[in-house]
Amino acid sequence: MPMPRPRRRARSACLLAFAALPVLAGACGSNVPFDAAPLRLADTGLFADAAARTISKDALPFEPQYPLWTDGAQKSRWITLPRGTSIDASDADHWVFPAGTRLWKQFTFAAGERPEGASKAAVETRFMMLRADGTWLYATYVRTPAGDDVLAPPDGVRDYCATADGKHHDVPGHGDCRLCHEGTRMPVLGFSALQLSPDRDPLAPNAAAPRAGAVDLPALVARGLLRNLDRAHLQSPPRIAARTPAERAALGYLHGNCSNCHNGDGPLHRLGLRFDHPLAATAPPALASTVGVAGSFTRGAATQRVVPGAPACSTLFLRVSAMDPLTQMPPFGRHLVDRNAVALLEQWIRTDLPAATATSEVDQPICKKDK
Amino acid sequence: MITLTKVLLIAATAVIGGATASYALQPAGAATNPVERGRYLVATSGCNDCHTPWHLGAKGPEPDMSRLLSGHPANVEMPAAPAGSPEWPTRASATMTAWAGPWGTSFTANLTPDKATGLGAWTKDEFLGALRTGRHQGRGRQILPPMPWPVYGQMTDADLESIFAYLQTIPPIANKVPEPRLPQ
Repeated sequence: MPMPRPRRRARSACLLAFAALPVLAGACGSNVPFDAAPLRLADTGLFADAAARTISKDALPFEPQYPLWTDGAQKSRWITLPRGTSIDASDADHWVFPAGTRLWKQFTFAAGERPEGASKAAVETRFMMLRADGTWLYATYVRTPAGDDVLAPPDGVRDYCATADGKHHDVPGHGDCRLCHEGTRMPVLGFSALQLSPDRDPLAPNAAAPRAGAVDLPALVARGLLRNLDRAHLQSPPRIAARTPAERAALGYLHGNCSNCHNGDGPLHRLGLRFDHPLAATAPPALASTVGVAGSFTRGAATQRVVPGAPACSTLFLRVSAMDPLTQMPPFGRHLVDRNAVALLEQWIRTDLPAATATSEVDQPICKKDK
Repeated sequence: MITLTKVLLIAATAVIGGATASYALQPAGAATNPVERGRYLVATSGCNDCHTPWHLGAKGPEPDMSRLLSGHPANVEMPAAPAGSPEWPTRASATMTAWAGPWGTSFTANLTPDKATGLGAWTKDEFLGALRTGRHQGRGRQILPPMPWPVYGQMTDADLESIFAYLQTIPPIANKVPEPRLPQ
């Protein structure tokens, strides 16, 4: 029996009803923040020509080196700042964005059936904008058969489209947006010194090559869009200090996929589990908070977050590998297992960590799967 | 002849009596003190039915108030739940703190302000988030049946904050509730 579902299953009438909502005419110029989400994506300022879906020149594409995995969705991302403004990087780990900052992330699911009323290609675009009062506006747009990208219902759309293995993708509700984006001091995720470092990790799972015109750290500084960044971060671009390439990629994956909740200053900080990556840190907090550390979650013989040499005894590995709602991490936003990440984490825990920490087999607990 | 002393005594009695009657007649739910309001809401919303372990008292099964709202006792190890059936899909333990159903086996949470095992380290926002979203700490795994969070999630912020305020005043009890179990 499936778990109880807090949101209603998608209905074609739902999408069609939202598609039929009156258009908010002349909602915004690119410099004018608004308080409520426009009913159409076209009115958020993303397009120069909405009919042709030509992206505005003000919308700068970017590609984080450690992207969040969402059941295999292909993603495109853009940011705009109000003209004449810039991001303050005085605190290199917590950039301050100007009011009116807008970000979009477009999800495309290449395969699978579509619900009646949805477009042939399942496309979802998430939008966030910093209001003048310092709060963030979140909205999600789904594409209709007519080709309009219309505002999704506040509770999201359950089972919006099929993905793989009989699973479906859910369009998030507003509450879900806040859960992910407001679990840390900086609600903008995937747009930071580490994520935009030109010293990109070649082993980062699911990373796409930056598209033409994509901005990275030096480009933002050169354009005058990022000020007060410590010059040292340009001379020596941010990079995770790891002992092996696999460890670097593993810690990067955990940063990109888990640090929005598990960090040093958000609501869950007291769990003592950290995947944030302060640039001044001499060692990644992820190592100190996982390797040989007991967590509150246990499963049989697995009581520590990471046990060098023993993935099956490592609760971190079990949770990333799981697909049941009691165990899986992240707890929402995915219905599939990221096999690339699982393979990487397994290599890191099974092979790289014992070599790096000189762990003897005697120190390891007995885990059947690791025998 | 009535003396001044008697007048004063009668007046004082009337005032005290009136005040007492007024207090007695005032619905507890209208208490303006958040802790008192929370106490009323907890008492009338069935929280003790599942979060306080039941035992066999003099009058039969009843919540063991010496373990007020401390959740499933860690020292009560539950065997695997008996198989359910379409007619009886849900099973409950004698303590009323362990529940088995199609979702697996869930154990009711420790709501006392114990910092390590209860709500002592929780913030008000986390508590409200949990009841609004049905997620542990407002952002984790799903809160499992039979917890009726969709009902309590409709309470006002003021009421939920009052419940949280009251729960922070009850005796802390160190009791680490087991993790939920997957369906068999």
